[in-house]
Amino acid sequence: MVVEKPVRELGDVILEMDGITKEFPGVKALDDVTLTVRRGSIHAICGENGAGKSTLMKVLSGVYPVGSYQGRILFEGKTCGFHSIRDSEERGIVIIHQELALSPFLSIAENIFLGNERARHGVIDWGETTTDAVGLLQEVGLDLNPQTKVSELGVGQQQLVEIAKALSKDVKLLILDEPTAALNDDDSANLLRLIQRLQDRGIVSIMISHKLSEIQEIADTTTIIRDGRTIETLDMRDGSVTQERIIQGMVGRSLDSRFPEHTPTVGEELFRIEDWTVHHPADPDRVVVDSASLMVRRGEIVGLAGLMGAGRTELAMSVFGRTWGTGISGQVFKDGKPVDTHTVSQAISHGIAYATEDRKRYGLNLIQTVKENITSAGLAKLARMGVIEVNAETGVAEGFRRDLNIKTPTVEVPVGKLSGGNQQKVVLAKWIYTDADMIILDEPTRGIDVGAKYEIYTIIDRLADSGKGVLMISSELPELLGVCDRIYTLASGRITGCLDRSEATQESLMYLMTLEAPLGETTTESGAALS
Amino acid sequence: MTASTTTSSPATTARATASLADIVSRNLRQYGIMIALVAIIIVFAVSTQGRLIVPNNVWTLIQQNAYVVILALGMLLVIIAGHIDLSVGSVVAFVGGIVGYMMYAWDVPWGLAVLAGIATGVLIGAWHGFWVAYVKVPAFVVTLAGMLLFRGLAQVIAARTMAGFPAGFNAIAGGSLPNILGFLANPFAGVLPANSPFGQSFDLVTLLIGLIGIAGLVVATLRSRRSQIAHGLPVEAQRTMIIRLVVISLVILAFTGILAMNLIGGTPIVLMIVAALILVTAFITTRTVFGRHVYAVGGNRAGALLSGVNTARVDFMIFVYMGFLTGIAAIVTTSRAGAAVAMAGQSYELDAIASCFIGGAAVSGGVGRVTGVVIGALIMGVLNMGLSILNVNANWTMAIKGLVLLAAVAFDLVSKRRGAGA
Repeated sequence: MVVEKPVRELGDVILEMDGITKEFPGVKALDDVTLTVRRGSIHAICGENGAGKSTLMKVLSGVYPVGSYQGRILFEGKTCGFHSIRDSEERGIVIIHQELALSPFLSIAENIFLGNERARHGVIDWGETTTDAVGLLQEVGLDLNPQTKVSELGVGQQQLVEIAKALSKDVKLLILDEPTAALNDDDSANLLRLIQRLQDRGIVSIMISHKLSEIQEIADTTTIIRDGRTIETLDMRDGSVTQERIIQGMVGRSLDSRFPEHTPTVGEELFRIEDWTVHHPADPDRVVVDSASLMVRRGEIVGLAGLMGAGRTELAMSVFGRTWGTGISGQVFKDGKPVDTHTVSQAISHGIAYATEDRKRYGLNLIQTVKENITSAGLAKLARMGVIEVNAETGVAEGFRRDLNIKTPTVEVPVGKLSGGNQQKVVLAKWIYTDADMIILDEPTRGIDVGAKYEIYTIIDRLADSGKGVLMISSELPELLGVCDRIYTLASGRITGCLDRSEATQESLMYLMTLEAPLGETTTESGAALS
Repeated sequence: MTASTTTSSPATTARATASLADIVSRNLRQYGIMIALVAIIIVFAVSTQGRLIVPNNVWTLIQQNAYVVILALGMLLVIIAGHIDLSVGSVVAFVGGIVGYMMYAWDVPWGLAVLAGIATGVLIGAWHGFWVAYVKVPAFVVTLAGMLLFRGLAQVIAARTMAGFPAGFNAIAGGSLPNILGFLANPFAGVLPANSPFGQSFDLVTLLIGLIGIAGLVVATLRSRRSQIAHGLPVEAQRTMIIRLVVISLVILAFTGILAMNLIGGTPIVLMIVAALILVTAFITTRTVFGRHVYAVGGNRAGALLSGVNTARVDFMIFVYMGFLTGIAAIVTTSRAGAAVAMAGQSYELDAIASCFIGGAAVSGGVGRVTGVVIGALIMGVLNMGLSILNVNANWTMAIKGLVLLAAVAFDLVSKRRGAGA
């Protein structure tokens, strides 16, 4: 892609974040991060999923209030400690989140001024509201009636309304978290031009993006974050920084002995998907998974790599009982025979299991006990004429507690009280108990600590050794390289490659993961939800 | 190794016995509500100078509140699944109208009319279930519509009050089990004052039922204990088990003892109906796949779907069961009134819903137990009875019940928040 960008003179420092450390229970999300942003610049932040980019922006915008992190924020030369988003907005820092935060049944004008109403003594001045909204919409290039309900707008237009809302607050520093992740190419280009126009007006933007071509196109500086640390800040203005150079910074990490030794015994083909295509449930024209085909053998652990929004979870959930997406086509094969997986119970009866990436929302019933969660998918095995053998059930749960080393006082404890790693073991136990031989694991180690991760890897190895097939989705490339025998890459809904463990490297995977779809193809929204 | 594991207490011995303190702390909510019921009974027993627990009043209490317990049992499943049913009061009137009309206008044998009434309840439940489960209309709306629809239809079918039903039908709510075993002389008769309500002879059938209940309890407890041991599971300490059995047996004995002395005669038939329904519903909620699915759907609908639960079918069946129970409640209500009235069953849905919430069911779904709901219904019933003996005006009774509901749920939430903070 030809980069045409005038080499700008950047101004003095507007924002300095220094020594930022933010911990969550069991996880250090940010570790001594520094970030320096200059006036007049567009500053990109790059990093793998989970590197800490969004966390850093939430610290900056006051989503995580002062005191919940360590370190110092200097904005326009003054030390800041924001207690809330409102605080940071008063200083001119506005964040636009990945998930748009507009109220769908209110009008554009009402949304723009939400929390900031044009009002006198609590009574809204509709004249001023409308006039101001029209002006702001013109600024962002949106030619719409401000009375239009937001639910009638496309995602791209909603993004522009968010920016108009930011402008209404006299924004000085605009933070955009993956602004183009859900947009098609036209809307993306439009948005990038708008960010550049705002730059000409003196508004500084910080943009988190996975799309390296976009970063090359508009960013003046790029900071790379990896594992919660600042790796480097690159000057992009002369166009000499290549995408390969950025990838190198994002992944440059060594593989250590965080993974158990495992020698695979690979058997015959177990599971195959052919020509699998899925459309977005809310926008049936958008292709989320595009003619994907993949295959897993018995005893094999196969990885599925892809950046946020590549369609990994959407692929898995659409196969598993069509729990995501619409307009699904393609064929699933089990042991070489075509099988029907239209409903979850059909998928389960064909020996397919799917352990979700979001165990709190989709994987577990947090108010039910460990026991009840373990048996929830395979309850039929414990029942005669619809009556549960309750004592046998407790025996099953106790068996898994010992076998998977689930740390809980008893199996009668609500599963919500367990740590993340132990909750994940409950999820695994639940699916192992269904006697599935094809197990799809979606981010099986997300949000759990290193020790528990090792235990999960050991369980996965044991599953493969017992002749089951495993398809593992993960955002952590070292994990895929450390655990999988073979790795598929997914970009914009397409399978872009398949590498054996011996030939795969973080760089080669990242290259395949950032291969962009041909022009005119649509891209996908991040994060799947049940349709 | 895992620094974030907060719950790994060292209870690793598989054969550990659960201590009394354990049981109490795990069931604090359950015991809290039980203690509240006992406290309310004591307060009213004292303030009415014992009139609350006079045999005849206990008999009336059961008769008056049977419908609440029956409806609350169905409502429990509905609420656990995260729904609500506002229609049950109207459906009670409508089904009562149908049953009454069949007996009054067509001279249908009362047994047949009862079956038809229950079938109508089931059909209405299926009607509501269809809209909720398959068209995905929120239950609040579906049953609000049902509330209007069936009240209207009840007014059509029972345009004027129909009375004069067969004695057999009226006995469902008004009658007692026949005294076929004779009486046991009251050993305290000589000690108590001449006209004491506690000085009557005991109906042997009632005492026998109490003894059967106690025997059933003991057998069930021992069997479950043996099965737990066979599966290598931790069991309740023998001493706590014995204490628990003795306390419950004494309560049953006292209750049936008082009941056996009532002048109206022995065990109300409706008590047997209610007891059977309580047992069936408790079995459904704790022992069946369907019951487990109800909790799973209420606790995390999306998670249940991804575990292969047919959530639509679960929703549908819940309303069918609610309809079945509403049909029975309609028959009990009509039988008790001895007449089919278009305005019957008014605000019954609110009594049932309040019983569930007082009994610890969660508004957000996923939580609730049969024992809690039965106690919740009894609290409401005892309040009603006690206040009416004290000649408190019905309007004040309603206001007091409202405050009790609010206090029970607020207490629950506050104590839960404290528990979570500790």
